[in-house]
Amino acid sequence: MSVSSREAILQRIAGNLGSSEKARKAAVQARIKGHSKGALPTISQDNLVKRFRDKAEAAAASVERVKRKDIARAVSAFLREHNLPQEIRMGADKRLRQIAWPKRGGPEIHLGPSDGRDLACLSHALGGAAETGTLVMVSGPDNPTTLNFLPENHIVVVEESDIEAHYENLWTRLRKKYGTGEMPRTVNMITGPSRSADIEQTLILGAHGPVRLHIIIARD
Amino acid sequence: MVEITSPEFKHNVDEALADAQLQKAMRHVRVNFIEKRAKAAAGLPEFETLRANARDIKNHVLENLDQYLTTFEKRVTAQGGNVHWAADAFEARGIVLDICRKVNAKTVTKGKSMISEEIGLNEFLEKNGVVPIETDLGEYIIQLRGEHPSHIIAPAVHLNMDQVREDFRRVHTHLPPDRPMDEPQSLLSEARGILRDKFLAADIGITGANFLVAETGTSVIVTNEGNGDLTQLLPKVHVVIASIEKIVPTLEDMSQIVRVLARSATGQEMSVYTTLSTGPKRKGDPDGPEQYHVILLDNGRSNMLGSEFQDMLRCIRCGACMNHCPVYQSVGGHAYGWVYPGPMGSVLTPTLIGIDKAGHLPNASTFCGRCESVCPMHIPLPKMMRHWREREFEKHLSPAHQRRNLKLWAWFAKRPGLYRSAARAGIFGMRIMAMGRGRLSWLPMASGWTRHRDLPAPQGGSFVAQWASGKRKVQA
Repeated sequence: MSVSSREAILQRIAGNLGSSEKARKAAVQARIKGHSKGALPTISQDNLVKRFRDKAEAAAASVERVKRKDIARAVSAFLREHNLPQEIRMGADKRLRQIAWPKRGGPEIHLGPSDGRDLACLSHALGGAAETGTLVMVSGPDNPTTLNFLPENHIVVVEESDIEAHYENLWTRLRKKYGTGEMPRTVNMITGPSRSADIEQTLILGAHGPVRLHIIIARD
Repeated sequence: MVEITSPEFKHNVDEALADAQLQKAMRHVRVNFIEKRAKAAAGLPEFETLRANARDIKNHVLENLDQYLTTFEKRVTAQGGNVHWAADAFEARGIVLDICRKVNAKTVTKGKSMISEEIGLNEFLEKNGVVPIETDLGEYIIQLRGEHPSHIIAPAVHLNMDQVREDFRRVHTHLPPDRPMDEPQSLLSEARGILRDKFLAADIGITGANFLVAETGTSVIVTNEGNGDLTQLLPKVHVVIASIEKIVPTLEDMSQIVRVLARSATGQEMSVYTTLSTGPKRKGDPDGPEQYHVILLDNGRSNMLGSEFQDMLRCIRCGACMNHCPVYQSVGGHAYGWVYPGPMGSVLTPTLIGIDKAGHLPNASTFCGRCESVCPMHIPLPKMMRHWREREFEKHLSPAHQRRNLKLWAWFAKRPGLYRSAARAGIFGMRIMAMGRGRLSWLPMASGWTRHRDLPAPQGGSFVAQWASGKRKVQA
């Protein structure tokens, strides 16, 4: 059934287009190869970090910028501030494991995906787009996607040098990392914590995803 | 299947206008959506350039659609996913059920999808012993009520909070009856708690797609709640149902259109979650689905290509046209009688269910043009509604008296001298009837107007007469 439907749909389309198949094939290949960017919003390269921060905060995320050696302390402080136990779930990402976690007094660390019972978790972003304060996360063996959605409190570390102006900068980096035309299972663009306005158009934070999104910008 | 009541549009409108709850709820549409969109568009200097680019990208895709679809298919397959082709709603439902049967699925969670409404998926699954669970808050509420969405991005916009509270009390009987339910926040938390268990227990997750990226074989959903993500992340199987025109060539092209989508829809600069899914989970991934299916639905769209309705296939379902439509604002979405309301529905519905059933919809327009002026994809909606009116006329579907009057008018219009004399006589007659009050409270054959408001009596002669007498001049 589906094979014949496939052919029928494709034939109907081709019949109604009235151009040559060869020309269409060439047009498609050229367009995909070109990665043409179109119009990009004007963004000053001078204060990308400030713009990223302003935009993320406008989308109701909280943001702080700390030295790399102070990340563990920032995580602990966030947990304390929101009356959460000193416990955090994270993926086995090397950059997270290399954080200077204190031997004693720091948060207890759980590795692996979430089953929905964790209160807080920690992820590392591929990068950020200053344009709208958007984080870009990729899935992989050390980066479970469940951490981006199940726990109520999501803390994300993004390297200051990974904050770019536009989404397109991150697509270029994706192609470098995975190969052109290749993708990880999931790429999440995240702008603030989850929300809904489905009841009388009243915006409420904390729908099905995180209630709080805390971004730690790591600098040298 | 959504019952089609479009032929009873006029009756639906009378009911909608008399519905106090609905009229109260529609106030939010009239104010919120419009102000937010205007602010977001004004806040981005490149907005108009992006609109033009978005239009051009989709035009290019439509001109090469068969090649884009096969390119997309190739990439999905290469990444371990499956592509299914459905010529119509019947086939699409069958494919979904087939996937459900293969994994012995009992419950299916669903992200928001208008295609699911178009093919009547929920009723079909229920009949076949599979329980569909809508997870978008608005969709969840209307599923509890046995209703259908009244808006393509705000499905429960026709309801007020007290109605939602009653529904939650009626259905969530395991919760204490005296729990606090006064704030929208408490209702949302209640839904979150109930749906969380459903997410974790579901066998299959079904989502729609805002975009299908040909370059990478990726389906993209744009959401705010995170329900679509939990839907496609937690179950073993992720099924995407999307219509064939959702294709964009590259990630860059997707980004151009994303920039106008949320701004036009909710007035956000960016929705909270834009999620790109490609194939099933990869080797070593600790979470994600084991199977990834994309169902490509035609359902009449391939025949819109090359027709005067091709431009409609650029639609990205933002809802701006209905938010700005004085008719939609007054009657809400259900009056339109099928899945797609407002101006985009008035153009799309006749192609999907037939002009014989949906003939009232393209007539339910004042042609004020606001829909086209805010459409991020520059779709000429009024022009296409006119095309439908022509087709309706040609097929002799419009009422006899209307056809007779139009013919009479056309007869006069082709005879300018006679037309002007008749217009002069009409103006004279109306002035007499106004008896110096400047307005008419009754006019033969115009009771549809005068029943609700007075008609201003003509002042001075016709435009042509004024022009000839030199009263009207070209503005320098």
